[in-house]
Amino acid sequence: MPWELTPDRPIYIQLTEQIELKICAGIYPRGSKMPPVREMAREASVNPNTMQRALAGLEESGLLFTIRTSGRFVTKDEKLVKQVKQRLAREHARKFLDRMHRLGFDYEEILAALSKLAKENKK
Amino acid sequence: MSSAILECSNLTKTFGAVTAVDGVTLDIPCGSIVGLLGPNASGKSTFLKLCNKLLSPTSGEVRIAGYKPGMESKRLVSYLPERSYLNDWMKVCDIIDLFADFYPDFNKDKAGNMLQKLNIKRSDRLKTMSRGTKEKVQLILVMSREAQLYLLDEPIGGVDPAARDFILDVILANYDPAATIVLSTHLIADIERILEQVIFIKEGRIILNKTVDKIREESGKSVDALFREVFRC
Repeated sequence: MPWELTPDRPIYIQLTEQIELKICAGIYPRGSKMPPVREMAREASVNPNTMQRALAGLEESGLLFTIRTSGRFVTKDEKLVKQVKQRLAREHARKFLDRMHRLGFDYEEILAALSKLAKENKK
Repeated sequence: MSSAILECSNLTKTFGAVTAVDGVTLDIPCGSIVGLLGPNASGKSTFLKLCNKLLSPTSGEVRIAGYKPGMESKRLVSYLPERSYLNDWMKVCDIIDLFADFYPDFNKDKAGNMLQKLNIKRSDRLKTMSRGTKEKVQLILVMSREAQLYLLDEPIGGVDPAARDFILDVILANYDPAATIVLSTHLIADIERILEQVIFIKEGRIILNKTVDKIREESGKSVDALFREVFRC
């Protein structure tokens, strides 16, 4: 999963969102050790201090924790990761609904379009 | 010791009737990457030359880790000037030896690695290289020093976008978190992501000094978009 950064919003916020996503997707599995800050900064081509800021924020929210001398780890708390997943899913869904409304779809039409697409995907 | 690596107070440089740097007061902290951004002829290069004693201030002063620019400061500062001072007839390996002789903090292995990654041969002469390749060689030399402060005047001006990405990667990979990089450029979009702080300079004066994320938060715009707005012709 590559790092995608848009130019209009603060970089650390976007990094936070994408690390959350990677934790939910299991790219950084629960209980695993996170890569070093410098390596992550290089991968995303961002300033190490900005990456550090995103990681510090995630530590505050409990998704990451640090053990002194051995590094930074992803939480083992399954419930917490689920909560984040739910939150991200709601945010994505809200954005999707918003765009569909702007296209002139009402809820019925959106649901119909979704189930049609789901059926097509199954085939 | 204060936590600022570079401090200026009321720094001014005039050339006859032209004021190139106009009363700049500024602290740049240790451990950051700072972009010095401004249109052509805004005083960026003059400012960097003042920091390297290539020019003397008309009034005011600049201090690097507490020293006035001179012998002591040059030990700590790795400077990429706007124009090359290397001799055209020299081979890459000669220049590396020259730098290693000159600067005790020069890391030959680092330089060798970067040259290899960019497919630049040690036996090549500068004379035979394109402008972009010459720029790459110079940047490699400057970044191979383990300095406390890097002052880079337009480090990515002449290189193609793919090499630009490589150079940013070089900067990120070789940068010691305790060191500070100040770089001047007008190619902001390419470099914005690796900057922590930006300084806008206009007609020799600082008109903005903020972190990149603060700018994005407050204006909802990229630094590049804000720059275009502030400096619209």
